[in-house]
Amino acid sequence: MARMRLAGANIRTELSEALRDAGLTALIAFGVFLPLVGFQTITDIRDVLILTSRWPLLFALVGSIAAARFIYVLALAPRLERGALRLPQRASATAANILRNWFIPFAVAFVVVYPLLVVIAVGFGGAVRWIDNFGIQILIYVMLGWGLNIVVGLAGLLDLGYVAFYAVGAYSYALLAKTFGLSFWILLPLAGTLASFWGILLGFPVLRLRGDYLAIVTLAFGEIIRLILINWVPVTNGYAGIGSIPRPTFFGIPFNADDNGFAAVFGLEFSPLYRVMFLYYVILALALVTCFFNVRLRRLPIGRAWEALREDEIACRSLGINTTNTKLTAFAMGAMFAGFAGSFFAARQGFISPESFTFLESATILSIVVLGGMGSQIGVAIAAVVMIGGTEIMRQLGFLKQIFGPTFDPTQYRMLIFGLAMVAIMRWRPRGLIATRAPSVFFKKRRDISVDLVAEGRG
Amino acid sequence: MTARDGSTVLRVEHLTMRFGGLVAVDDLSFEVRRGTITALIGPNGAGKTTVFNCITGFYRPTEGRLALQRGDAAVWQALEALTDSGQRGVVRPDGALFLLERMPDYLVAQQARVARTFQNIRLFAGMTVLENLLVAQHNPLMLASGYTVLGLLGLPPYAAAERAALDKARHWLERFRLLDRADDPAGELPYGAQRRLEIARAMCTDPVLLCLDEPAAGLNPRESAELNELLLIIRDECAISMLLIEHDMSVVMNISDHVVVLDYGVKIADGAPEAVRNDPKVIGAYLGVGDEEVARVEAEVGL
Repeated sequence: MARMRLAGANIRTELSEALRDAGLTALIAFGVFLPLVGFQTITDIRDVLILTSRWPLLFALVGSIAAARFIYVLALAPRLERGALRLPQRASATAANILRNWFIPFAVAFVVVYPLLVVIAVGFGGAVRWIDNFGIQILIYVMLGWGLNIVVGLAGLLDLGYVAFYAVGAYSYALLAKTFGLSFWILLPLAGTLASFWGILLGFPVLRLRGDYLAIVTLAFGEIIRLILINWVPVTNGYAGIGSIPRPTFFGIPFNADDNGFAAVFGLEFSPLYRVMFLYYVILALALVTCFFNVRLRRLPIGRAWEALREDEIACRSLGINTTNTKLTAFAMGAMFAGFAGSFFAARQGFISPESFTFLESATILSIVVLGGMGSQIGVAIAAVVMIGGTEIMRQLGFLKQIFGPTFDPTQYRMLIFGLAMVAIMRWRPRGLIATRAPSVFFKKRRDISVDLVAEGRG
Repeated sequence: MTARDGSTVLRVEHLTMRFGGLVAVDDLSFEVRRGTITALIGPNGAGKTTVFNCITGFYRPTEGRLALQRGDAAVWQALEALTDSGQRGVVRPDGALFLLERMPDYLVAQQARVARTFQNIRLFAGMTVLENLLVAQHNPLMLASGYTVLGLLGLPPYAAAERAALDKARHWLERFRLLDRADDPAGELPYGAQRRLEIARAMCTDPVLLCLDEPAAGLNPRESAELNELLLIIRDECAISMLLIEHDMSVVMNISDHVVVLDYGVKIADGAPEAVRNDPKVIGAYLGVGDEEVARVEAEVGL
């Protein structure tokens, strides 16, 4: 009798705890979704913004979240704790091996033939969108991710203002090409050099900073560059941006409908597709160069010094490594690739403005690096495909309108979905998709190092 | 340089280190002779690690001169001229002389070739044992890789230099019985092996003077005896002078040729291990009493 009463009391406490937890979750969900979902602004027929409320939707959302939490706490969480749903630890290492052996050649082959596949699949007309929005856009971010990987992943310096160097590269190309009429191929290395110069300039004041302080200063640096671009109107044209930037040419042959244009010279019918394909292969080459540098640098003394710096700066100094120079080269190298990417971006868009270089861009690039697994080339590439490709796909999800009605706009939910994806990944794979570190040199056997041993770097 | 010609390799003169009002090291002078092991001992908080940090450039001493010499002992004659010149050091074909108090930490390691280990082991835990030893050879490799440019192109001079670096790493791994763990992450090694690896890593920098901060801390008696043997081999075969901080008296008394005792930042004894061991001042410092009371306290505790 007494035991039954005790068991009853147990269930009662569990129930009340789950209820309390669900109530708290509902409260938080209400707080979050009240401004996001509860209110909506609509432009009415007289072009006046009016505020409407969507209470049923809000309460349905909050109610379902609370119910899910209730079930989770009561039924799912105890089972999870017993380890029934735990992932095997060893699997990731073999998975990484399979990735390294088969995935890379396949992926490289795929990206090389991608434009042709697209043309075969959707024909000449629709191919531009797929190559430009997916191919080029993703490859730009892959390149930026690999560039930032040097600074964050290898050297362990948390840089929140990486987009500044991207902006330096873009504006260098735009201004020099418009003012002096120099070609893309001359300005590409020049933009990279200028960006790496700014990288060193940023490096100097932040040498002595670590961790959070370093992150704050780099964040400020990114904002400073953006504000300069906005306010230095005589040079940068401020918010209005710079337009009609010269497009890259195919060894001097422009991509236009003229008689001396690419299509005419090669006896083809004019199509904007040729230029897009050319740009695609340019950015693919640039990204592969970045990857080559990354892989190569890791096996050179400078790369090992970067990683050692991430592991223990004091030990580095005791071994005679000049940590100042080592940090500055990391900043300069990372910035250089952002500069390349920036000048490509300007050449591709033909128009740039400070809008393109906001903190959100820095955050996107950084989250690509963190999601991919710091220091991992493949991880960063996959994360870029998922993050940027995901954004683009959400723009294309027209069929969702059939389900949720014609007013439903999937792009509006992409940040929400990203946030959820980030939380999920940080919960289950806190060190990124590829959470192993491959040693740069070995005697007998290359054995991946579990990321638990690898430091994240504090400065 | 010959193994044990008895010439001075490091001369510490009037070293004083103040942190605000606290005098951590007060007017300390001693010498380390070539090819010998000098132990720096003293009770907790005596300022031993501060002395190490001054020698290795991690602290800039408030006062004092720290001169390190390598090569021909005749270079010592340039000491006064060097001090007046304001330079960091002189490098001649036959030898070199450096004033360590004028050099930042990485140059002390890079140019004066003073290597050190740390009381709380500082390995690159996420890198393999082999990678740890290659990071230690950063400077010669960096030069061989043409500051990365030649290395990126994969030119033969760099490949040869890298092979040589790997051979040197293999040599020291064999010496320290770590070769079978070469491809394992350093953080996975057992404690004793981590201690050995840290010394092996320091040896890969080709040091003139090796500073070991409590190398036997946390080792069991067997490991500690092995370490003694290893340090003696390094001293005798490689003609390397060593300065070590140690609390384990079995290590200190067995292997050191010379002992310097610090108490509250002041040197209270300096001499051969036997002499220091029987010095009433030293016993008093360890027991925490004045030297006039030593006899009484010893009788009391039954020594």
